[in-house]
Amino acid sequence: MDFVTRGFQGRPRGRDERLPPGQYLTDDFPVLSAGPTPPVDHDGWELWVATEDGARHTWSWPELMALPAETVTVDIHCVTSWSKLDTEWRGVSLDTLLADVETAADFALVHSYGGYTTNLPLEDLLDGQALLAFAYDGDDLRPEHGGPARLLVPHLYFWKSAKWVRGIELLLADSPGFWEQLGYHDYGDPWREQRYQGD
Amino acid sequence: MTIPGHPGAEAAYDGNLMAGPLSELFALDVTVAVVRCRGCGASSEVATLRVYGPEPGLVGRCPGCDDVLLRVVRTPDAVWLDLGGVTSLRVPAPRVPLEEDVDRSAQT
Repeated sequence: MDFVTRGFQGRPRGRDERLPPGQYLTDDFPVLSAGPTPPVDHDGWELWVATEDGARHTWSWPELMALPAETVTVDIHCVTSWSKLDTEWRGVSLDTLLADVETAADFALVHSYGGYTTNLPLEDLLDGQALLAFAYDGDDLRPEHGGPARLLVPHLYFWKSAKWVRGIELLLADSPGFWEQLGYHDYGDPWREQRYQGD
Repeated sequence: MTIPGHPGAEAAYDGNLMAGPLSELFALDVTVAVVRCRGCGASSEVATLRVYGPEPGLVGRCPGCDDVLLRVVRTPDAVWLDLGGVTSLRVPAPRVPLEEDVDRSAQT
């Protein structure tokens, strides 16, 4: 088995082969949250990307909608052990969002409305591996699932796919996020069962 | 993080859910402890916190302003505790005998 990131290329087709170690399949879509659902509407929504030298890029909702979007079908894996296969999302690739952002950063700290954060290597957001998703299963992404827009990084445990994204901070040094500060793994590869620090 | 107009009504639990993992850390019952919020200054009994979880971890929020007060994660081999949102935690404890009480009991 190789451990390179898989992006949206998907796993082998058998259901069992698509289930990472220690996971079980669910047809539901459980809602896990560390706080109340933040009241964000499209009019008030803004996304920012800040680089290590202080440059700041922003997008309004109409500006996000004007970018090329894509639809992907992926398997998602929650650290609490449920996995859900063939979930369909629509959104803007992070490659598109970050195309004009000049940075030497190696890390990203994603910020959500409501205060949640999560950290990832910047390379895990690029090369077709991550989406800023605004639709799920053909409908607008519902608030309890992270709408207006959430991150989708399906090759990592789902706590990395932050709901209610409002900003991405690009950093030269890694900076642990909300759960990564409190015992959860810094990277979170479900195929290596990287749930907790030390795994 | 303060979320105006959303005083945490969606929290499914209160602070009593934290009794289990906190009992692994503290000798005394922490659900009756009073924590002071670093954000709004309100004092609340831990049992009255608005708690989200239990997975991936327990997040206790201030009933007044919804800031995160304390978080607890139980991993297979450790308990992780974050008290960063509180300025103090006061736990009722058994009264320590005064010195004269000890002296008096020694004489009888």
